Formats: sequence, structure tokens, C-alpha cells
Amino acid sequence: MASQNLQSVPAELSPEELEREQAGQAYFDRIISEDSRIEPRDWMPEAYRKTLLRQISQHAHSEIIGMQPEANWITRAPSLKRKAILMAKVQDEAGHGLYLYSAAETLGQSRDKMTSDLIAGKARYSSIFNYPAISWADMGAIGWLVDGAAICNQVPLCRASYGPYGRAMVRICKEESFHQRQGFEILLELSNGTPAQKQMAQDAVNRWYAPALMMFGPPDDDSPNSKQSMAWNIKRFSNDELRSRFVGMMVEQVKVLGLTLPDKDIRFNEETKKWEHGPLDWNEFKDVLAGKGPCNAQRLERRREAHDDGAWVREAAAEYARKQAEKEYAA
Amino acid sequence: MTTSPANEANEPHETPWSLWEVFVRSSRGLSHVHAGSLHAPDAAMALRNARDLYTRRNEGVSIWVVPADAISSSDPDSKGSFFESPQGKDYRHATYYTKSEGVKHL
Repeated sequence: MASQNLQSVPAELSPEELEREQAGQAYFDRIISEDSRIEPRDWMPEAYRKTLLRQISQHAHSEIIGMQPEANWITRAPSLKRKAILMAKVQDEAGHGLYLYSAAETLGQSRDKMTSDLIAGKARYSSIFNYPAISWADMGAIGWLVDGAAICNQVPLCRASYGPYGRAMVRICKEESFHQRQGFEILLELSNGTPAQKQMAQDAVNRWYAPALMMFGPPDDDSPNSKQSMAWNIKRFSNDELRSRFVGMMVEQVKVLGLTLPDKDIRFNEETKKWEHGPLDWNEFKDVLAGKGPCNAQRLERRREAHDDGAWVREAAAEYARKQAEKEYAA
Repeated sequence: MTTSPANEANEPHETPWSLWEVFVRSSRGLSHVHAGSLHAPDAAMALRNARDLYTRRNEGVSIWVVPADAISSSDPDSKGSFFESPQGKDYRHATYYTKSEGVKHL
């Protein structure tokens, strides 16, 4: 297995420990080769644990930061119904973050450590949430393109080899389809509205298209960890494979919207049977990931504020719980 | 995972809320099924958080919350021997008895 070259067994292991490690590795390899699931208390290679912890916590942070571009529009949503829908969606994002933090915790990382890493700017999250949402049509484009890309990415993760991650993804995927449909409806209504509204919808699609495509991650030949993740059955399809599928779906859906995708190079390659798209600006992707996107500083600052502003609530709740427990003990 | 002392010094000291496991009964007549976990300072808050987190779409008519550290579980390392007893006892299944095939209502 490809996992072996990452597995350097520390030299100081006693013979018994070494034997236990080897038995653990053999058991792990068998579970993976049977395409079964690893559960929290199973032995697992340290690199597998680290990879999952990084991926799941980044995913959780993305959901939490992802609340911001949309929450930004709750007060300005054009009707009471749309406000209610947007609030439900933002609440779902919070829920998704919590499911994923729970899954990450089973790998031995505390929730508080993950939160403090995010606030300190030490953790990464999806580059997409560092772009600004400047018009109401952006709520549509985010739902349709960004949540659409997320679904494409996440459906295969429901079968990830780590049980808690897969179970969290099943729950999330069920809820995401509402998000994508509501985004599609916002764009469809704008597209069928006045010429100015249609233009607003087209402008939003133009701005979100390329960042949404980049959500699948760097091209396969520049994605060093992908191969190992696929060998471990965490990832089921490569970045380029998923991106190509996504483009194929969007090409059809944009016709129903009466809009266009800002990419004249989209074509179906008859030989490879895959959809192809125009070049993407991977330098921009790297810059945004490195913290130089239009909203990185603002997103983190807002998250930090929310955490600090909530401190008294957490303290009060903990103190109330302590006093109640004391009373019960006395009685 | 360990936190470096420098890191801890920078963070305000807060006692982490404890971990609770959540079980949801989706409708009358069915048993409570494990839905996931959450953090809360006490049982009342755990129930409220569980309602908000796991039943946003009418997924439940009843919720149990259990402190995660109150759950005892079987040792994953001894899974073979712990579950050994039923092995080779196929006669505990109806499918073991084949002579009655074709006989109605049996």
C-alpha cells in the first residue's frame, strides 16, 4: 500500500510495541482494502489521523466562516420570506460546522483548540469565503455555484473511510440540496425580472464562476496529498474529475436560468468523455489561501469579535450549571 | 494533541463545556437512535442545543442527551474474542433449518 512510505516507525519502540503497531497497521490495511470504515477507537496510522484532522477541521471552519457572506444580507433580503429562508440557511451552516467539529474531535483534538487556531489565523478554510458578496444576486450565485460545487465535492465524502466524517457528510448533503435550489430560484427570478435585475444576476454568476471552480482544489498534477487520500478511501475522485463533472452540470443548468457562464472554452471532449473549461488563475487561488484575498482580514476579525462578544454568555451558562449542580448536591 | 504553554498563555481561561451524546426518536413507535454529539454546560442546555442542532427539520419527537463520559463501551482491541460466542452457531438462525423448505406458513 502507498501508505507505507509515510509510515516511519520510531526507532525507540519496544518489541511488544512494535508488534502492536504492526498488528494495528495490518488490521487497518485490511479494513481499507475491504472498503469498510475506520471508527474513532481503532488503531490508525498517525499520517491518516493528521490528514483527516486537517481536512475535517478546515471543512468545519469553512462552514463557520461561510455564515458571514450570507448573514451580511439577512437585513437587506428583499422580502420577509427571503429573510426567513436566508436565516434558515445560515443556521444550517452553523449546524454543519458543529457536525464537523464533532467528527474532528473524535480524532483527539479539542473543540477549543480548533476554535483558537481559527481565531489566531493558524487554520485554513475554503478560499471561496474570502470573496465579497456585493449584491442580492450574490445570494443566488453562492447558493447555485458555491453550494453546488460543495455538494459535488461532498457527496463522495459520504463514503469516506472514516466513519464519523462520512456520517457528518450524509447529514450535511441532505441539507445542502435546499441551499442550492434556493440559490437557483433567486437567480431564476432575477433573470426573469427587469433587464437591470437580469444584468445583476449575470454579473454575480460572472464573479462567482471561477472561484467556485477553484473550490475543488489545485489541478491533479499540483495536488500532492490527493493520491494518498484516495489510497486511504478518504477521497473517491480527483480534483479535476470532480471539477469536470461540475462544469458539465452547470452548462445545462445555466441554460434554464437564461444566463451564460463566463467561459468560452467550455467543451465536451469526445475522446476523454469529460467536460473541459478555460484556464483558471491559480496564483489568485494561492494568494487567497495565503490570506491575501479581498476579505480574509475582515472574516477573521468578525469571527474573533463574535467569539469574544460571546464569552460572557459561555461564562454565565457554565456558572449557572455549576450552581445548579451544587444545589442538587446539597439537596 | 498537546497545546504548547506559550499558546495556552495567550488564551483567556475558559472551562470547556462537556461533551454530550444525542439520541433522537424520529416518530412514535421507534427507538431513540444516536444522532451525534454536542457541547453544553448542563443537561437543560444540552437538550436545547440538541433540538436546534439535530431537529431543525422535524426529525424528532423526543430527544435523549447523555454525558459522553457516562457511556461504557466494549474494548475495540478485544473485538474478536468479545464477540466470539455466536460464531459457528448458525443454528440460532432460521436459515439453518432447510428441511422445511416448501412447507407453507413455516
